[in-house]
Amino acid sequence: MNIYALVKRTFDTEEKIAVSNGKIVDDGAEFIINPYDEYAIEEAIQVRDANGGEVTVITIGDEEAEKQLRTALAMGADKAVLINTEDDLDEMDEFTVAKIIAEYLKDKDADLILAGNVAIDGGSGQVGPRVAELLGINYVTTITNLEIDGTSVKIVRDVEGDSETIETSLPLLVTAQQGLNEPRYPSLPGIMKAKKKPLEELELDDLDIDEDDVEAKTETIEIYLPPQKAAGRVLEGDIADQVKELVELLNKEAKVL
Amino acid sequence: MYTKKVLVLGEAREGALRNVSFEAIAAAKTVSGGGEVVGVLFGDAVQSLGSEMITYGADRVLTVEHPHLKHYTSDGFGQAFMAVYEQEKPDAIVFGHTSQGKDLSPKIASKLASGLISDVTAIEGEGDDAIFIRPIYSGKAFEKVKNKEGLLFISIRPNNIAPLAKDESRSGDVSSVSVDITNLRSVISEVVRKSTEGVDLSEAKVVVAGGRGVKSAEGFAPLEELAKLLGGAVGASRGACDADYCDYSLQIGQTGKVVTPDLYIAAGISGAIQHMAGMSNSKVIVAINKDPEANIFKVADYGIVGDLFEVIPMMIEEIKKIKTN
Ligand SMILES: Cc1cc2nc3c(=O)[nH]c(=O)nc-3n(C[C@H](O)[C@H](O)[C@H](O)COP(=O)(O)OP(=O)(O)OC[C@H]3O[C@@H](n4cnc5c(N)ncnc54)[C@H](O)[C@@H]3O)c2cc1C
Ligand SMILES: Cc1cc2nc3c(=O)[nH]c(=O)nc-3n(C[C@H](O)[C@H](O)[C@H](O)COP(=O)(O)OP(=O)(O)OC[C@H]3O[C@@H](n4cnc5c(N)ncnc54)[C@H](O)[C@@H]3O)c2cc1C
Repeated sequence: MNIYALVKRTFDTEEKIAVSNGKIVDDGAEFIINPYDEYAIEEAIQVRDANGGEVTVITIGDEEAEKQLRTALAMGADKAVLINTEDDLDEMDEFTVAKIIAEYLKDKDADLILAGNVAIDGGSGQVGPRVAELLGINYVTTITNLEIDGTSVKIVRDVEGDSETIETSLPLLVTAQQGLNEPRYPSLPGIMKAKKKPLEELELDDLDIDEDDVEAKTETIEIYLPPQKAAGRVLEGDIADQVKELVELLNKEAKVL
Repeated sequence: MYTKKVLVLGEAREGALRNVSFEAIAAAKTVSGGGEVVGVLFGDAVQSLGSEMITYGADRVLTVEHPHLKHYTSDGFGQAFMAVYEQEKPDAIVFGHTSQGKDLSPKIASKLASGLISDVTAIEGEGDDAIFIRPIYSGKAFEKVKNKEGLLFISIRPNNIAPLAKDESRSGDVSSVSVDITNLRSVISEVVRKSTEGVDLSEAKVVVAGGRGVKSAEGFAPLEELAKLLGGAVGASRGACDADYCDYSLQIGQTGKVVTPDLYIAAGISGAIQHMAGMSNSKVIVAINKDPEANIFKVADYGIVGDLFEVIPMMIEEIKKIKTN
């Protein structure tokens, strides 16, 4: 099977976010693979191990993203592709990213494409379905279970807490929800092997993409931090009195009961 | 300023419109700059819901009814939406950023080669000058985004944009559009309802969340009772989900749901940065934790240092008292 996983490099979830000159400060920040993309990579590896084939991980980013691709290779992916947009594009949005990924994938005959359901930084959740639509293939989002039998696919997906069982077929794009699997940690031999696995670096020119065709449709005009929430009141006294006071405050002061 | 025609996709759940549909109408009104707001509804029996969209501010409503639209599928709803789009040629589209809206909006945006501003929590200005605010880094920061040109397409986060007051005297046309829905590539063979009492976590006005401090699945019972009493939903930290006290669908945080209820009660939750990302924009936060040093107290409006198994039952009693008065 020809399997692709879409991987985004993102801030570690432990990081506090700081803004300077209207931009997120990324000096010194730790970066990780977007957590949902780890589920996508893990599932891709399991599907390959069960059905044969090859897993290719793809990212759009700059050279820094090589590290996350190597991690995916160390987990067990076979090949990696970095589409480096650093020199070509100043502004990107979900339209841009999806279009570049779809241009790369259009002649690859992918059987299965896995993505995260959302990136924990950009947070739009658009890229997966957009890519599927551009490729003209079906997609299922926020999946928690995947079974493949030949070209038949049975999926369980999370729908705001309820679960839906879906029957469909390959080729298909799915987006991973938490609970899909337990992503493995790269093993030491895995890390050694990953150093020798192919990592292809491409630019827009290599994909015959003209910058104008992927020009962003939306524009970020400001980035800012939410107002710091002042610490509130920790109540004091007898627990029973505290509870009385709390309910009173919620009722009269906060007016939320 | 030139006015816009705005399509708003309403969403029905168990035969009733979801609140986010009314919020989307309010957002559409702002975006329209005095233009026309057209409600859109899909399902197997939704005609009767059209008039409610009108009382909340839609000027008219189009419905597509088809047996294949009983359950949401991206193909079915996609075909219905594109048919309505072709008929109406709107200047803007507003969806709810719900499970359905998240699944469908990127497909439509891709078909129309348009931008899409997802998960909008506030709108500044109106009409052509509208600027959209959305959380990034799971609420650790915000961005202001505008559409560059062409079709404007946004999805709004539930519970953030206030709906307009219901006006029973408003009237408008509710008409049906007939669309052939064919070739659905996904077939839904089963739906299992796991969510409690029908209050959706992301739309709930009150969330009672438990963490590892709840200690067991049974430990969630008092939290459920409190949530029910307040008409709210139960949520959880990843700690509680990882320990199997509850389903992952209840997880709140950076890799779970992001919620902004009027009241968030955190019980036995330490307040890890990943958890706070999912709830710190709630209007009022109450923390109950044994440990006075717990991080959660840093964002709590009101805190009680104590045992949740003592505090929550007492709260239930106190709230019952004021509810009966
Ligand atoms: C190099 C670079 C430059 C950028 N410059 C700008 C800018 O100037 N202005 C601005 O507003 N935004 C910029 N962005 C952010 C960009 O707009 C978003 O990251 C992008 O639109 C994806 O949206 P999202 O983060 O909401 O992802 P989502 O749609 O939430 O992601 C869902 C899934 O899609 C896949 N995916 C998403 N992004 C990528 C990717 N890059 N590579 C591979 N798979 C991916 C992953 O599987 C992910 O889990 C930039 C991003 C990159 C990588
Ligand atoms: C990539 C990544 C993503 C993550 N995403 C999320 C996410 O989306 N959401 C999330 O929540 N976490 C997330 N986490 C996990 C997060 O880092 C914390 O581990 C988790 O939130 C801890 O859960 P907790 O507060 O329930 O448990 P703990 O940190 O163990 O806290 C339990 C608290 O309960 C208190 N307690 C114990 N008994 C009682 C009692 N009887 N009465 C009152 N208080 C009591 C204790 O004092 C303690 O403060 C993520 C982590 C990573 C690495």
